[in-house]
Amino acid sequence: MTESPILWEETVQPAASWSHVLKRGTCLRITDVEGGANAGALFYNFECPTERFNMPDTLKAQHIARLTKGFVLYSDMGRILCSITDDTVGWHDPLGGCSNAGQVKAKYGEARYQEHRNQYYRNGHDSFVGELGKWGLGPRDLTSNVNFFSRVDVAADGAITFHAGNSAAGAYVDLRAEMNVLVILNTCPHPLDPSPQYNPKLVQLAIRRVPAAGPDDPCRVSRPENGRGFTLTERYFL
Amino acid sequence: MTLVESKLDPNDAVYRHVIPAGEPWMHELRAGQYFRIVDLGGNQAVDTLFYNAHDYSDRYSAQDTIQSQGNLYLTTGTQLKSTGGTVLLTIVADTCGRHDTLGGACANESNMVRYSIEKRYMHACRSSFLKAVIEWGQGMDKRDIANNINFFMNVPVTPEGKLTFEDGISEPGKYVEMRAEADVIALISNCPQLNNPCNAYNPTPVEVLIWDGPRG
Repeated sequence: MTESPILWEETVQPAASWSHVLKRGTCLRITDVEGGANAGALFYNFECPTERFNMPDTLKAQHIARLTKGFVLYSDMGRILCSITDDTVGWHDPLGGCSNAGQVKAKYGEARYQEHRNQYYRNGHDSFVGELGKWGLGPRDLTSNVNFFSRVDVAADGAITFHAGNSAAGAYVDLRAEMNVLVILNTCPHPLDPSPQYNPKLVQLAIRRVPAAGPDDPCRVSRPENGRGFTLTERYFL
Repeated sequence: MTLVESKLDPNDAVYRHVIPAGEPWMHELRAGQYFRIVDLGGNQAVDTLFYNAHDYSDRYSAQDTIQSQGNLYLTTGTQLKSTGGTVLLTIVADTCGRHDTLGGACANESNMVRYSIEKRYMHACRSSFLKAVIEWGQGMDKRDIANNINFFMNVPVTPEGKLTFEDGISEPGKYVEMRAEADVIALISNCPQLNNPCNAYNPTPVEVLIWDGPRG
């Protein structure tokens, strides 16, 4: 099977939430249209959502603390939820987590719906919980999230700082689904973004059908661990 | 790294228990109590989770803990934060100096990925976690096995974004001590990993101690 044209496109507005069951054999492109976006994302096996993205397994299987092309997102069950098949950014953050209501209020003040309509201040935690709720999931299903387009620098003593200007206008990342993956996404600002203004950015989404990972797939051969990860994922569908 | 000793006397502890390698331990801590974990044999991985005792969906969060202190490594002064923003415990003494919360827990499945598919049948932490939460009951199950702390483990991140498992910096008798800031449930898997040099391929027992806080 060859790659299809774009099946559909959608714009996720600034600080908004989105979810979709990304089918095995399709690819989600997330584009940072204006530069400086943050797309917080969680991933679940749609057929059994207790199987979910596992940040530690993803990092230690690949000896990484950043995400880019050639790496994969592991579930807690030794399977690959998504592969990163293309990336023009080079660094996506798996460490920083999401913001919460108290933090957003302390940093930016209050902006309620009553006065600000759909420009009211939303936070990562409540956005994740709200979108998870639509699928019958809840706070117990919250786990470590990925922050696409953001980068956190780590000093020798472990201190972490937000890396400004990580992602330019037009930057994109491609996620190829290796399972039927429930993606929960929001465009709230990164929790460590030092900007004193609440300034969330939109992202553009595009989905297309793509060929399955072949024997020489760059994500499969990037590490021996990933070869085994693909084998275990393929066995799940036998 | 700054090492901080505790003034608490083990003879005054209200609870003492040795957890053999490969076994789970789950216990309630009341707000104000002090909780110490002692690395009896040195460089033993103590995989640990905490829950708000009044709402198990509010549980230890590695990312919230890292983010709120602006540092990846846990040591004296670290507030262990929950997904709901609760401070569950504060580390008040630490004679090891650095603890990991990125390496997670070993599992049958992650051992298959990391080492070889034949490793499936070796005992692993997440099986201990699962056994403990199911026996604890109260509706707890696999969804409650969050990303944990690895006390006494050294998992540095490089500026280039690599994650490395370095030789341990702990040794026999080193300990970490926390004050419970809320009523919490502590869950430990004393790690049975035999595939990783971080514990010299030799999992060993650890001791847990609890003291009541100062009265008044």
